[in-house]
Amino acid sequence: MNWISNYVRPKINSLFSRREVPENLWRKCDECGTMLFHRELTDNLNVCTSCGHHMAITPRERFDNLFDGGIFTEVKVKAPVADPLQFKDQKKYPDRMKAAQKNTGEAEAMLVAEGQMGGTPIVAAAQDFSFMGGSMGMYVGNAIVAAAERAVELGRPLILFSAAGGARMQEGILSLMQMPRSTVAVEMLKEAGLPYIVVLTHPTTGGVTASYAMLGDVQIAEPNALICFAGPRVIEQTIREKLPEGFQRAEYLLDHGMLDRVTARTEMRDELITIIRMLMGQPPAIKGELPAPAEPAPAEEPADKA
Amino acid sequence: MQYLEFEKPLAEIEGKANELRAMATANQEMDVKAEAAALDKKASELLTDLYKDLSAWRKCQVARHPDRPHCKDYIDALFTEYTPLAGDRNFADDHAVMGGIARLDDRPVVVIGQEKGSDTKTRIERNFGMARPEGYRKAIRLMELADKFNMPVVTLVDTPGAYPGKGAEERGQSEAIARSTQKCLQLGVPLVSVIIGEGGSGGAVAFATANKLAMLEHSVYSVISPEGCASILWKDAEKMREAAEALRLTAQDLKKLGVIDHIIKEPLGGAQRDREAAIASVGKTVSTLLGEMDGMDRSALIQQRRKKFLEMGSKSLA
Repeated sequence: MNWISNYVRPKINSLFSRREVPENLWRKCDECGTMLFHRELTDNLNVCTSCGHHMAITPRERFDNLFDGGIFTEVKVKAPVADPLQFKDQKKYPDRMKAAQKNTGEAEAMLVAEGQMGGTPIVAAAQDFSFMGGSMGMYVGNAIVAAAERAVELGRPLILFSAAGGARMQEGILSLMQMPRSTVAVEMLKEAGLPYIVVLTHPTTGGVTASYAMLGDVQIAEPNALICFAGPRVIEQTIREKLPEGFQRAEYLLDHGMLDRVTARTEMRDELITIIRMLMGQPPAIKGELPAPAEPAPAEEPADKA
Repeated sequence: MQYLEFEKPLAEIEGKANELRAMATANQEMDVKAEAAALDKKASELLTDLYKDLSAWRKCQVARHPDRPHCKDYIDALFTEYTPLAGDRNFADDHAVMGGIARLDDRPVVVIGQEKGSDTKTRIERNFGMARPEGYRKAIRLMELADKFNMPVVTLVDTPGAYPGKGAEERGQSEAIARSTQKCLQLGVPLVSVIIGEGGSGGAVAFATANKLAMLEHSVYSVISPEGCASILWKDAEKMREAAEALRLTAQDLKKLGVIDHIIKEPLGGAQRDREAAIASVGKTVSTLLGEMDGMDRSALIQQRRKKFLEMGSKSLA
């Protein structure tokens, strides 16, 4: 034992280990097990480059890719009354909320934004499964209403990316009331003659599927997404038999006439641009990466004032 | 008369009183009047006491009581010329949902409701009041009929929830529920809804998205059953008492939250103890609530409904 092994080596080791190295440089695909380099995975929108499995993606990551140049402006959502039922199970609801906010860095389970996609002005809303299972409570309802109101105000289509385990039990009946509430939002768009496109992502279940997520003018799903009202476990318990392969997955729903299309995440943006421009009576888009709009979108005035 | 678990002490006293009376009938010399009257008094006091302040879980049990009047009982007693209309014109006729045209106080209306059945045979036939997509699509069709011929719609809600089955999922359970809720919001005619027993989640919303929503005093309306909630949040289905309390599913809490408009008082001991009285109260309330909307035009009715749901959530129990 000398000075070098006792003092210098530990010092050097600690210096190196303290270096800022991202912990998850590699991520294992949940489906095929391939180790994927994080940058490559992000570039491919969290779709496995080996087997095409679609992993979860946060609303912010999705919007970074959806909007031209990754530029979008968040649409303000009215904050609801916090913990309206004073709900307490094994944990208090406000504590669960705080934990979710800390984990995700987001205020709630839905992000609403406006901007341009392929030069096409849109409003988009995306549900965040990583925030308490994307569960639909007052905030998510407010977000959908805000998105619809903003879309009507600007005369733009609304694209909604759904992902949720269902209603937020901690808000009890008020979470259930988001089913009719979000449907009122869908009605506003319908009356204004504006397209409402739903992109169903993994998983979309329960009261979310049984309201706004099934009422789109065009229904698109990501491959292999679980889309259902009652989950497979509940059904197996009820009917006591094994369910068929691929039951309640996007492709199964497509086969049963419940969806218009199943589209890979990497193709989704182009497809949405194509569909929306046709529904809005706009000329075909110039395909490919477009530069960000010169001015951020919110400066735009409502169509009727022009 | 079936007794619920928490009514056991009552069952004992009422049983004794009945026994006494039976003995007296068999043996004319016995005078049991005073004794029986005392027992009756005791029973009635106990009943008042038990029902004075029912816990949320007990209300769930009362709401599910097998002797409680069901949709069919209300339709038979309150409406005249009831003409059932069947089928979704697509796949089947769902017996969990009954409905048709009928008269309420001579006024033609469309009545729709979930029927749970009253014995083993009818319960199976009605699928315990759990509708499949065909049921919601039948309801949509009937609502469209009402809208076309300017008839008010009355819905009677009593369901544990939409049926969780393979076929139901394949035929679009979610879409059917979503469209039924949407149809409720689009109606240019008055829609009055009464939760007469269980208002089970999305399966209830599809019928209860109404201009005016009333609930029987001991009925419940919830996003999930207490048992389901307990098994998810407590990881223990036996914690249903706590879950029922936390979910705030009683008519009294829902009125405070602004989710329902009216509470209909039940006879002492619940609707199952005096079915005729309970049915009559519901009838009276439905007529009153429909009357409140007389003279409202189509767009006013649609706007009132929308505004109501958009504003929901501004009241809290905090």
